[in-house]
Amino acid sequence: MTEKTEGGDVRLSGISKTYGSFTAVHPLELTVPQGSFFALLGASGCGKTTTLRMIAGLEDPTTGTVFLGDKDVTGLPPHKRPVNTVFQSYALFPHLDVYENVAFGLRRRGVTSVKKQVGEMLDLVELGDFANRKPHQLSGGQQQRVAVARALINHPQVLLLDEPLGALDLKLRRQMQLELKRIQTEVGITFVHVTHDQEEAMTMADRVAVMNGGRVEQLGAPADLYENPQTTFVANFLGTSNLIEAEVVENSGGDVVVTAADAKLRLPAERCATQPRTGGKLLVGVRPEKISLAHADDAGTIAEGRNRFTGKIADSSFIGVSTQYVIDSPVCPELEVYVQNIERDSRLVPGAEVVLHWNPEHTFGLDAAQDIDAGVETVEETP
Amino acid sequence: MTVTEAPPAPGPVEPVVHKQSVRRKLVPYWLLLPGILWLVVFFALPMVYQASTSVQTGSLEEGFSVTWHFQTYWDALTEYYPQFLRSVLYAGTATILCLLLGYPLAYLIAFRAGRWRNLLLVVVIAPFFTSFLIRTLAWKTILADGGPVVDVLGSVGFLDVTSWLGMTEGNRLLATPLAVVCGLTYNFLPFMILPLYTSLERIDPRLHEAAGDLYAKPSTIFRKVTFPLSMPGVVSGTLLTFIPASGDYVNAELLGSTDTKMVGNVIQSQFLRVLDYPTAAALSFILMAVVLIMVTVYIRRAGTEDLV
Repeated sequence: MTEKTEGGDVRLSGISKTYGSFTAVHPLELTVPQGSFFALLGASGCGKTTTLRMIAGLEDPTTGTVFLGDKDVTGLPPHKRPVNTVFQSYALFPHLDVYENVAFGLRRRGVTSVKKQVGEMLDLVELGDFANRKPHQLSGGQQQRVAVARALINHPQVLLLDEPLGALDLKLRRQMQLELKRIQTEVGITFVHVTHDQEEAMTMADRVAVMNGGRVEQLGAPADLYENPQTTFVANFLGTSNLIEAEVVENSGGDVVVTAADAKLRLPAERCATQPRTGGKLLVGVRPEKISLAHADDAGTIAEGRNRFTGKIADSSFIGVSTQYVIDSPVCPELEVYVQNIERDSRLVPGAEVVLHWNPEHTFGLDAAQDIDAGVETVEETP
Repeated sequence: MTVTEAPPAPGPVEPVVHKQSVRRKLVPYWLLLPGILWLVVFFALPMVYQASTSVQTGSLEEGFSVTWHFQTYWDALTEYYPQFLRSVLYAGTATILCLLLGYPLAYLIAFRAGRWRNLLLVVVIAPFFTSFLIRTLAWKTILADGGPVVDVLGSVGFLDVTSWLGMTEGNRLLATPLAVVCGLTYNFLPFMILPLYTSLERIDPRLHEAAGDLYAKPSTIFRKVTFPLSMPGVVSGTLLTFIPASGDYVNAELLGSTDTKMVGNVIQSQFLRVLDYPTAAALSFILMAVVLIMVTVYIRRAGTEDLV
């Protein structure tokens, strides 16, 4: 089971897909390293599923080439590609039982004794006792595991997963995320996972490609994408970002100094996605959990060298592990701040004057020419 | 039903809620009533009447009376078994032809027709806009001796083959078994296509993608996924074709000859011309029994209860 499959990387070279006048995927360069868990993340209609279907051969690219290892598979029909898919609604064969569903691919390739392999595969997904059930007699999570087993049994070079957890409820989804990750580690096959759920992508994948409007906005490890977003879409789509419109006043040496309203903020030059020009605009970003809050009376206790400005608590909600505040400030309307509930300051209630402060290292800079709200609403979307 | 579980008001309102729920329990029976009445008046009562007719003896002049004369059944069967066999043969052949013609068409409409789908469905049922009789009469003209169809089929040697098979006689089509089978096929084709279409159309196209993704060639996809999933349509289509075709008498009457009489023709002439009501009624019951047995065996074999 743990043997490495031959094949190598999945390489998409200049592939695009247009339907009439609508471009679903703009010419795209993408390499999925062998053995990785790769996520294509984006809102619905961003072209992620189309990209996946082009790898599977279910969609013909308008331009470009699909490589599996060194082999050009662009012209091959799906049944000739060493690739298997876990479909969004599982697409289990309703007239076949679990056993025959899982054996389907082996039988089509002329394997005569499938019993052992099917048994092993059903054990891997912990469905050994359900071999004789029909798909409609299974729960959503069980169906999902049958779909995974049915694809994995063929030892594909790449396993494609099209929103495989979309139909499950939250608790089951968490459980299946870990399960899929375990299976991937166990079999060592390349997984390409399409999802609109940023948490799912970050939990499971080694590398994430964030897609928007048929283009890859940014590609990288989950932590890297989160800490160093290159566009406002990525900053807002992955987690929450506070983006402050600011003007560059100084750009010398390692630090960039900007002003927003009456506040003077500092950030490392290498954390700017764009080249900041003195006198130009810059979007200054900071994640809500990086900011600390101090009551205005304690302003003097804040250490030197931290970015700081004042505001007023507009709203606060206690969610157990942390408290989430919405702060109104002339610098930026509606800033979000998450404070860990270690020692709660009872003065921090709506209406209180506060000072926000954070380490300048935790600040990033984005090109101000973009839509500041790109990717904000889409986070809440459910399938 | 917009009536939802209203939060029970405190105290004495309870009995009212109870009364409502009793009334609600009766609703299904009230809804069943018209249908049951209809069945009793137009199906059950005539069946009882026919059953009693079939065991009567007598004549039109003296009147018929119930004498439990079951011999009529045996006599009818021994005298008219060639017509029974012929009915089963013709209806079976027409059903198979309908399946062979209808399946590709239903498949095309369900999966490949795109925006032409509704138009094609209208075309399929378009013949129903004219009467059954007129359409069959039109076939009489189409298949007439010396007509273009006979000329073409004769000159390509088709009629020689069918003649050798005993389906036609000499250089003519009309008044042959083939003409009757053609008429049956034509008239019952929509009853085959529509259920086939319905069950094909319900198949999730992603199942085709999934099968292809799992190394099935297009022909294997059809054999292993599409066809098994369309079995409910195949079963209901063949039943809707075979059952009425086996009792049909119009096609044999208009397109056939005295040698192609089906059991429907015998029943019709016994009832309306010979006026031998007991024999006619007994023949009807025998036909019903034959069809019921065949259908039961068929459904058992096709195993549709296993399908979703």
